[in-house]
Amino acid sequence: MKSLAELQAIKDKMKDKVVIREGSLTTRVVVGMATCGIAAGARPVLGAFVEAVNESGLAQSVTVSQTGCVGLCQYEPIVEVYEAGKEKVTYVKMTADKAKEVVEKHLKGGKVVVEYTVANCE
Amino acid sequence: MKELSLNILDITENSVKAGATLTEISIIEIGDTLTLTIKDNGHGMSDEILKTVENPFYTTRTTRKVGLGIPLLKLAAEQTGGNVKIVSSTDATNHGTTVTATFFKNHLDFTPLGDVKETIVTLIQGHPNTDFLFTHQTNGGEVKLDTRELREALEGVPLDTYEVIVWIKEYLNEQYQLLNNR
Repeated sequence: MKSLAELQAIKDKMKDKVVIREGSLTTRVVVGMATCGIAAGARPVLGAFVEAVNESGLAQSVTVSQTGCVGLCQYEPIVEVYEAGKEKVTYVKMTADKAKEVVEKHLKGGKVVVEYTVANCE
Repeated sequence: MKELSLNILDITENSVKAGATLTEISIIEIGDTLTLTIKDNGHGMSDEILKTVENPFYTTRTTRKVGLGIPLLKLAAEQTGGNVKIVSSTDATNHGTTVTATFFKNHLDFTPLGDVKETIVTLIQGHPNTDFLFTHQTNGGEVKLDTRELREALEGVPLDTYEVIVWIKEYLNEQYQLLNNR
């Protein structure tokens, strides 16, 4: 059985880590979660990013967050990647599998997955 | 929407945007009815706005002019013979909005509930500073998650910490297994 005591154990483990995390974040992954995004399948995309970023040990430098409608509803699910000192990358028509690929190749490997970007989608 | 749990995610986002510090999501399945209630303590809506929210051409968003959240929920409920009721107050001491949707599960056009666990996890991940009280009652019993209890145990560690998110997922999985085995 899961218990609140386990959360207290997580708390004890995390207390020191929280401080380190603050200053070192350099990349933001933002998933559109308005009605249009949710209907198009944004929920599993978000879940895949959260899991893949943390499982690949990128949590110290990458945050995954949610936003509203970007205004390109026909291209949802849309994911924007903001990296310090670089131009924003917009991924469109995302899926959970594509999300894992973006984490592996772009966030970890440093190479934008051009075929999934909005520029490649006309 | 392919699952009602996605409507729940969508409608609850409105509560968070309305500045709610606590949103109560309740699902009650008794006999062939499913009643969904999303109750928040956000700033509420005036009677004038309330009249327009069921209209697909009303929205608070600024990027485009059509809002489909409530109309989609209404469609999902009404196509089973059910309905959606919205009560809202902007009163200084008692503000907030309650959306209640009733569905008839045996109707051919009933949209399956889908993965409610993922909806709850997504809400907490996206809004770690607001509280959610989730309850799901069936004939077999009840699943419950109150983020205020988790917050107290975590003493300042954010709810969107990955280890916490994983714990919430496993906790809900376990609760649902117990419910389904009864």
